[in-house]
Amino acid sequence: MSTTLLRTIQLNQFSLLGTALIRRRSNNVSVRCCGSQTATTHEAKQTSPSRVAPKNHKSNKLDEILRDYEAVIGIETHVQLSTLTKAFCSCSNNYGSVPNTSICPVCMGLPGALPVLNSKVVEFGVRLGLALNCELSLKSKFDRKQYFYPDLPKGYQISQFDIPIASGGYVDLDIPLEFGGGHRRFGITRVHMEEDAGKSLHSDTGDYSQVDLNRAGVPLLEIVSEPDMRSGVEAAEYACEMQRIARYLGVSNGNMQEGSLRCDVNISIRPIGQAEFGTKVEIKNLNAFSAMSRAIDFEISRQALLYDQGKADQIVTETRLWDEGAQKTVTMRKKEGLADYRYFPEPDLPEVILTQEYVDSIRASLPELPEAKRRRYEAMGLGMQDVLFLANDVSVAEYFDAVIGKGAEVKLAANWIMGDIAAYLKNEKLSINDMKLTTQELAELIAAIKDGTISGKIGKEILFELLAKGGTVKGMIKEKDLVQITDPAEIEKMVIKVVSENQKQLEQYRSGKTKLQGYFAGQVMKMSKGKANPGLLNKILLEKLNAKD
Amino acid sequence: MLSTLQPPRSLSLLPLRRFQCSKHIVSAASSSSTAPVTSPPQSQILTTRRSLLSGETTAVEIAKSYLSRIRLTEPQLKCFLHVSENVLKDAQEVDQRIAKGEELGPLAGVLIGVKDNICTEGMPSTAASRILEHYRPPFDATAIKKIKELGGIVVGKTNMDEFGMGSTTEASAFQVTANPWDLTRVPGGSSGGSAAAVAARQCMVSLGSDTGGSVRQPASFCGVVGLKPTYGRVSRFGLMAYASSLDVIGCFGSTVADAGMLLHAISGYDRFDSTSSKQDVPEFQSQFLSVDHFESKPLKGVKVGIIRETLEDGVDSGVRSATQEAASHLEALGCMLTEVSLPSFSLGLPAYYVIASSESSSNLSRYDGVRYGNQVMAEELNKLYECSRGEGFGEEVKMRILMGTYALSAGYYDAYYKRAQQVRTLIQKDFKAALEQNDILISPAAPSAAYKIGEKKDDPLAMYAGDIMTVNVNLAGLPAVVLPCGLVEGGPSGLPVGLQMIGAAFDEEKLLKVGHIFEQTLKGSSFIPPLLANVA
Repeated sequence: MSTTLLRTIQLNQFSLLGTALIRRRSNNVSVRCCGSQTATTHEAKQTSPSRVAPKNHKSNKLDEILRDYEAVIGIETHVQLSTLTKAFCSCSNNYGSVPNTSICPVCMGLPGALPVLNSKVVEFGVRLGLALNCELSLKSKFDRKQYFYPDLPKGYQISQFDIPIASGGYVDLDIPLEFGGGHRRFGITRVHMEEDAGKSLHSDTGDYSQVDLNRAGVPLLEIVSEPDMRSGVEAAEYACEMQRIARYLGVSNGNMQEGSLRCDVNISIRPIGQAEFGTKVEIKNLNAFSAMSRAIDFEISRQALLYDQGKADQIVTETRLWDEGAQKTVTMRKKEGLADYRYFPEPDLPEVILTQEYVDSIRASLPELPEAKRRRYEAMGLGMQDVLFLANDVSVAEYFDAVIGKGAEVKLAANWIMGDIAAYLKNEKLSINDMKLTTQELAELIAAIKDGTISGKIGKEILFELLAKGGTVKGMIKEKDLVQITDPAEIEKMVIKVVSENQKQLEQYRSGKTKLQGYFAGQVMKMSKGKANPGLLNKILLEKLNAKD
Repeated sequence: MLSTLQPPRSLSLLPLRRFQCSKHIVSAASSSSTAPVTSPPQSQILTTRRSLLSGETTAVEIAKSYLSRIRLTEPQLKCFLHVSENVLKDAQEVDQRIAKGEELGPLAGVLIGVKDNICTEGMPSTAASRILEHYRPPFDATAIKKIKELGGIVVGKTNMDEFGMGSTTEASAFQVTANPWDLTRVPGGSSGGSAAAVAARQCMVSLGSDTGGSVRQPASFCGVVGLKPTYGRVSRFGLMAYASSLDVIGCFGSTVADAGMLLHAISGYDRFDSTSSKQDVPEFQSQFLSVDHFESKPLKGVKVGIIRETLEDGVDSGVRSATQEAASHLEALGCMLTEVSLPSFSLGLPAYYVIASSESSSNLSRYDGVRYGNQVMAEELNKLYECSRGEGFGEEVKMRILMGTYALSAGYYDAYYKRAQQVRTLIQKDFKAALEQNDILISPAAPSAAYKIGEKKDDPLAMYAGDIMTVNVNLAGLPAVVLPCGLVEGGPSGLPVGLQMIGAAFDEEKLLKVGHIFEQTLKGSSFIPPLLANVA
């Protein structure tokens, strides 16, 4: 299961994920060691979300410095599309194949080979553009972005330059409570289609490099945000939402480790109140959301300190890498002026013309998106933590929706999914889609508890059986004879038997040791094999215990 | 040595004779009354087919005769960079099909020369560049695939200006091709090898590519028919790109019919080229009636516009006269001739060189020495690029890459590339208007006949200026055919001059019809170069 899910699970009171919590804490520690901070839940609540003012008891001075500056963060996200074939040829698009086995004259850039656009790329571009509330260009085109590198077979990348397929959108998201909570809207500048380059593999000795072209020509959508983010947390949540949307739409697996979702962060800071932007630094090599958050906060501190020490001129336009080991950003390359990619329209591909009907049909086929889901769950009365947990992963959300669609009570369904089921999945390292418990059975289980057919305790037992082996609630109740005993006469019989067999305890009880009620209740429950309705049991038991002979 | 040369039977229909060169201009049309009567040129494709089907000869015999002519003439001409080892084997297969009574493809036994920038599987394909020396593609260009499916035999790969950049074939990295009409002259370019090979009957037809006139100008210089189809008519898949928005694969033949039938074979939509067109490909062959079936005014009512700007200063007087004579001949065939003006005409050449250079600077980026072709060992990456490309590319190519890189650079893009594209739109508009008033437009194919080898080598601007008649047609994406219309003084027996006919987009049919009738009724010359006349 994804990092994001873990990240949210750890904060859920119903779950048992202490390890993730510890990791998060240890992250803070390590960040602290190198002089930066991450806003913690408690503190972030007190500060304005648009200000960079994380706190740390060890560096009050830095806090004071940071208070005077505002960070401006924009993100370029590359989403690798999960099309069956590459963007411009019919090579299959699988991650992890043996190097240079998924290649052909087109993606190798052999002389005379021509690109032919995979229409799925356009469809995915339109889907994502619509999901990000963008204006679509009914007429867009491809351009060549030119530079030399061994993993770029043609010497240019087919991309979109001045007319992207979608532009001018926004994304809404909710910041998790532990990071201060609140709703945000971040602008989307543009979404454009392009192809990926191959992979260069450099030998450890630096003596040689090898090129794997399996990835060359794999379709990407690049999403460029407005510079609307102000902190590491906001940036990481933005990236997280991109992953969520890509997964909801089914356009990408969004896997950061495999490089299916890659984020480049542009960051500058400026004194609060200043209108002009400061010098922009780009950070690459961010392959986890937490790393992104930490890298940005580190970079904000680094730049703020330079400002504060009167060394603002040392902030230069450059690309920095996040060094996970050292927990800091380091210079990768300084840019002397702007790179000139000599863009010009790709003459091998015709313009991309979309009809309104096509766009409308795709709009009609869009699934409910994360933001809509969150607002609906909220309206159903769920708390924000529950909302975020359930809406975070599209499979979980679909599961939840299916369960409540079958009549299960919302809060109960949420609690089962976020509690025992999530814990089980985590232990077993399973995805909710691989689980044997069907939505139908979970709905039945919840109904059976609610209408008193079985007790909550037995419900849990059944749950674990169903999770492990599958089957039906009805079948299991019947098979194991687990129907709750709600007949007062039957319970009374058992109570009488237990009371009469425990004269000694009865005397003690009656002489004031009323705590022994629990003992009797336990005995009766045992006799009923756990099936006695606990309410009835206790009611009858009290009557008998307190009865005067 | 030459006396042992056996012309094939198909050629025997062509009277090979030395052409009488008059003192000044020898225009075929004007001299028709005085010149000896010759029979009109015959389609080599149809002749081959007839003689194969009748059993008069075999594909192997025909192939042998062509191969022997290649052996005899090639030391002087140097048309081919590579001659296929499989010609006889391929011919044998054709004969086996005949023997078994199997159906014969329309190109069965037809010997085809292929410009070296068109990919042929397993056969060297270098675009006459060192950077691709010894490169053998793993696939056939779509045009080649179609040719093979129809029974055509690839004779070999013809010489050219490196990557198509040049107008003389002197910019080949490997050899200079001579013009069969005068061995001291260039065959034109960039498809000079393909044009000269057809002129010298080293093959029956050939493929070239035309980015700014690279089929039409050498056709004019070598006295053969050169057909540049509409952009999108023929798949570019497998054609090594020079300027993608202008490049087309074109056809050479010794008759309009041959060029037309070859075009028919390679035309049509190709899913591997998204710029190829889904327009229907009409059956051109019905156009190629024999001359006895012509009416007295076979082109009655055909509106022909002669482009005024192509007959102004800078055009050799001989070429101008030949063009005017050709116009008169068309009139005599029933055409209605008017003069048309294309105001944007002179803007085409600079716009062409900006666009073509820009696109080429990008298209040639892939030749980096990393995956294939010439690789120079180097200590670091930039050196590897510099040395591989520095040694791999010739001077003309480097110059165009530099020009194109400059034109696309930030700050210059609007002034050059964008402006050139605006000019291109103007040119398209002017052509459209002129072709709404006329069925076809005519002009010379080049301002002069073939010039001497080396003559313009150090004056690239003079060489570029020679493209003025043809580049506009590429900018507009229109089809055009160049066919010999006369001879001017020069060389041992005159030098051919080509007439260019330009048609509306995807109306090759009309061009071929007019061209065929023009050719079949033109009296006075069969345009056989003296090299072959001597042989006969």
